[in-house]
Amino acid sequence: MRMNPATEEGTERAMRKNKRRNFREAAIRAFFFTCGILAVLVLLGIFATLLSTAIPAFREIRPSEFLLKTNWDPTSPEKAEYGILSMVVSTLMVTGGALLLAVPIGIGVAAYLSDVAHWRVREILKPVVEILAGIPSVVVGFLGIVLFGPAIAKVFHTGHGLNAANGSVLLAIMALPTIISISEDALSAVPAAYGEASLALGASRWQTLVRVKLPAGLSGIIAAGMLGMGRAIGETMTVLMATGNARSFPHGFLDSVRTMTSGIAIELGEVPYYTTHYYALFAIGLVLFVMTFLVNMAADVVLRKYQEKER
Amino acid sequence: MNKTIVITVLSLALLGSLLLAAPARKMIQIKGSDTMVNLVQILAEEYMGKTPGAAIAVLGGGSGTGITGLINQTCDVANSSREWKPKEIDQAWEKGIKPRFFVVAVDGLSVIVNDKNPVEQLTMAQVGALYRGEIKNWKAVGEYQKPVSLYGRQSNSGTYVFMQEFVLGNKNYSADMKEMNGNAQIIEGVLQDEGAVGYVGVGYLFDQSGQVRKGLKILKVSKEPGGAGYMPTDKAAVDSGDYPIARPLYMATNGKPKADVGGLLGWISGPEGQAIVEREGFFAIGPNHKAQNEKNLR
Repeated sequence: MRMNPATEEGTERAMRKNKRRNFREAAIRAFFFTCGILAVLVLLGIFATLLSTAIPAFREIRPSEFLLKTNWDPTSPEKAEYGILSMVVSTLMVTGGALLLAVPIGIGVAAYLSDVAHWRVREILKPVVEILAGIPSVVVGFLGIVLFGPAIAKVFHTGHGLNAANGSVLLAIMALPTIISISEDALSAVPAAYGEASLALGASRWQTLVRVKLPAGLSGIIAAGMLGMGRAIGETMTVLMATGNARSFPHGFLDSVRTMTSGIAIELGEVPYYTTHYYALFAIGLVLFVMTFLVNMAADVVLRKYQEKER
Repeated sequence: MNKTIVITVLSLALLGSLLLAAPARKMIQIKGSDTMVNLVQILAEEYMGKTPGAAIAVLGGGSGTGITGLINQTCDVANSSREWKPKEIDQAWEKGIKPRFFVVAVDGLSVIVNDKNPVEQLTMAQVGALYRGEIKNWKAVGEYQKPVSLYGRQSNSGTYVFMQEFVLGNKNYSADMKEMNGNAQIIEGVLQDEGAVGYVGVGYLFDQSGQVRKGLKILKVSKEPGGAGYMPTDKAAVDSGDYPIARPLYMATNGKPKADVGGLLGWISGPEGQAIVEREGFFAIGPNHKAQNEKNLR
């Protein structure tokens, strides 16, 4: 028996259509897979470049010397020195100082926005906070020179305000929008039932906020702090302009400091390519990369532990 | 509907004018010394005003940045406030770049303090000792009880290198020196800091009206202890070499300059260019440099 040619043709067309659909399905899947994996590839690429350009530095510099010595003076006419400890400590100081200022204020603002503020106030405040995030870093640095620096000099009687404290204040300003908006999202995402249950049990609004809502939103708040830290630790222009860039080991927040990012920014423009100095700058970049990586890892571990406990 | 048409026509007109305004020929790219960037900018503007078709872009970034730029062929002319190091010249030759140097102005590098500071004069040795971190308090050089607060440039600056070689005797800068992003930032710092000492190109000392900036004091510098001190603003002293911290400012090209670049450099070396150099607070070049420039143009 022969099949009806029309039906045969119909089946064939259906099969072709099916094939085409399968192909399209596969292509779309491949496309999204590529997009998904692209971030990983870029990260690996950056890491590989950093590593391969940083390693030659250690042909001439001992790693222990690099990490533990405090003197950095590669263009010295006496003896080139490649110790980055002062820069690492400066970076940690400025970033830590910024977080000390920005995290409490940021959580406070987030709590106010999500729990206390009238909706009309919130409608005004939220965009204002977002505008704050859009201020270019060189403008913030400029404020550091003409406004915060002289103010710090006056308050602490230091003669000048180009120091770690100035950098911390400026970086706090730059990290605040991130911290506020993510913490606010975290607090808003806490199920309403939690707060209602707490209030029904007779807790005050303050108790509800501090004992119920903040712990419930803690994972988001920690993430906010970490992202804020990421913003602060990598910031270059602002600290370059406002912290004085002295190479000496910092003994307090009123000393001029040079962070790792400013060190790279100052010297990469003029360094002769493929010299120890050039490689050493990439090695600083590598150390910075590892530091931020560890911070993110730690945040991840903390988060996971916390979530397990909740379950 | 009408609105759409108006917007379309306007944006097309804008696009068209942008295309027409785009330079018909290549721009001369000049890069380097921050000490020279304002001066060369003004020279370039005047030259473009006089020469139809000339297009010049001037960027700062520090002498080292300009020199690297010329070696890597990202600019046509490198400004530097110091001589090229032998290493840099070797690097240039390796890449097939044959630098030619034109001295376009002379700069009296000035040592400045806050005007609350009573010190009037330092010797070269004292300036060196201050910047090496050996003198920590102003009382060592005058009647002033105040910790010294050092302001200097960053290592990509020709002024930084010139000071280090010429005044510090090729020794390290004190690690406590604040490394500022440019001459203007050093002045900003010195104006606010009563214990400050800074060094800047002489062209940065004056405000719009030609007066020394308020709150700033220029120190006299002498070669020997007890010797006569001179100001960097004193043309005769800089010319004769009595003012000890003076230096030529260079513009370098790759080989014999092409017609457009050569025209600019010739004009700068000539009377019109040098008059502007003097007007901007720097000093005109002498006959030797002028002769050398003319030879390099050929």
